[in-house]
Amino acid sequence: MASEAIITVRGLTTGFGKTVVHENLDLDVMRGEVLGVVGASGSGKSVLLRMIVGLLTPRAGQITVLGTDVLAAGSGGIAAVGNRWGVMFQGGALFSSLTVRENIEAPMRERLEIDPATRSALADLRIAMVGLPPTAGDLYPSDLSGGMRKRAGLARALSLDPEILFLDEPTAGLDPIGASEFDALIVALQKALGLTVFLVTHDLDTLHATCDRIAVLADRRVLVTGTMAEMLKVDHPWVHAYFHGPRAHAAQTAQTDQGAA
Amino acid sequence: MSGSAAEAPGHIPARSDLTGPVTLATLSDSRAVLDGMGQQTRLDLSGVTILDTAGAWLLVSYQAAGAAAGQGLTLVGASPAQSLLLDTVSAAMPAPRKPARRRPHHRAGDGLARLGAQISVFATSIGESVGFLGLVMARMGWMILHPSRLRVTALVHHMQHAGVNAVPIVALMGFLIGIVLAFQGATQLKQFGAEVFVVDLIAISILRELGILLTAIIVAGRSASAFTAAIGSMKMREEIDAMRVLGLDPIERLVIPRILALVILLPMLGFIANMSGLLGGGLMAWTQLGISPGMFRTQLLNNTDVSHALVGLSKAPVFAVIIGVVGCHQGMLVKGDTESLGRQTSRAVVIAIFMVIVVDALFSIFFSLWGV
Repeated sequence: MASEAIITVRGLTTGFGKTVVHENLDLDVMRGEVLGVVGASGSGKSVLLRMIVGLLTPRAGQITVLGTDVLAAGSGGIAAVGNRWGVMFQGGALFSSLTVRENIEAPMRERLEIDPATRSALADLRIAMVGLPPTAGDLYPSDLSGGMRKRAGLARALSLDPEILFLDEPTAGLDPIGASEFDALIVALQKALGLTVFLVTHDLDTLHATCDRIAVLADRRVLVTGTMAEMLKVDHPWVHAYFHGPRAHAAQTAQTDQGAA
Repeated sequence: MSGSAAEAPGHIPARSDLTGPVTLATLSDSRAVLDGMGQQTRLDLSGVTILDTAGAWLLVSYQAAGAAAGQGLTLVGASPAQSLLLDTVSAAMPAPRKPARRRPHHRAGDGLARLGAQISVFATSIGESVGFLGLVMARMGWMILHPSRLRVTALVHHMQHAGVNAVPIVALMGFLIGIVLAFQGATQLKQFGAEVFVVDLIAISILRELGILLTAIIVAGRSASAFTAAIGSMKMREEIDAMRVLGLDPIERLVIPRILALVILLPMLGFIANMSGLLGGGLMAWTQLGISPGMFRTQLLNNTDVSHALVGLSKAPVFAVIIGVVGCHQGMLVKGDTESLGRQTSRAVVIAIFMVIVVDALFSIFFSLWGV
């Protein structure tokens, strides 16, 4: 794996009112890896994601994505680097007044000059790549199930062929079959498109199935990063409880079984 | 973009192979190169530096088009990552969609059909509203028999928001209407030297009609929309379903307190509008026409019967029910998406104001027939 850091976060301090969410947080994401960010509810995983893509501004610190200082870039600079990343929000965050195809076309329509026929053909390709049926293109988000909405959200995130893909809780609210299909989809797309994936999740199965490296957010900073095997050796009480709980064992067993089969 | 391979126009290259990035951003340049490729059956990709899904899509669709025309196109020289991407894209390649559905040309009779459809929708929605009104009435009657079921906290809360908080705007509106009437009436009545009758003009028009009608319109704008938005967003978040599952009646919990709050407070708001209208009119009459407050009072008490005020205020509870029922019903009609919330909210305001004016006209006819 290449060891070039594509996202670097240095000395990040954030808070809302009197609550401090992050304090002096450092994080690196390498090109071509799938990084899973875990942490207790309220530990600021989604906040970190929102900081990196420039939706929230920290109190202090520096965030560099693809060589651009996100905090100093201003809206123009963010837009330029924003062409090179895609974000999938928890519920898909599809525009409810547009069909799925129009949703996927929206970033292309906004950022690039492409003729409508090509745009719609590319949207159809994305629909097929995320495993949605071709008929889904004409449906509105309110007609879709939760899992389909997430796939459509992923298709929209991939619309501009990004280098980095941010996923916020990609498998939350999916049934186990849908969730593992989604995990497989992420891995397949990551391999085929050479994506760097920044993935916020609670789902241990997703961590096992997709992540090259895991970053644990606790005590207002990135407590530890490393592979799954390294996580199992960490002594911190929360990390230990997380990776050695009953659910963790079940996920691990499932993974080993799959490996053996 | 280097995808265009920097060929001068008119110059036909020996081998027009793709070089540089073949991506979404360079799509049209790459397509130009492929179009200029002619009968070539081998395409060397070793010069391609960056290939993304859009570029892969372009190559795969050219390949497919070539195959359909009986001419195979072989892609060579792709890096392992690029081949993987090409394979993924060609596996996912959707069947070409039927050309976009064209909107049929307008035909004679389309307008008529649309008119018919609109009338039928309108009639259905009136039917539904009346049904909802009946449901509310039945619940209301049941609640009179079981007064302990009334949610007093909710009632007081809605009285505060829909009623008490509307007092400043309603009072200001009444005051200004009084001023306008005094001013307009005075200029006309001056011509006959009958300035003093401006008191009757102000009193009768405000007490009988304008005070309560304009109050109802303001409250329809404020509260019908608020009711629709509140109930509609509860509907979207499945709170209404949760209530039903828990055995709570949404009509009883959400609708009745709102309607009751309006029924109690709209007459009071109307009364406030009346009083501030008289105050504004009196002030204007005093400063512009020299009708002293004492004279205003005497003229008011002698010439204007209290029945005018009672006729006006008797309409208030009916308007309140209309506003409340329309607002709550439109909220219940909200579907899963945010767009329908906005649509129903604006519909609620339009319908409520329209119905208030229609019913006011019916009241006028009724009272004139009755001779009040």
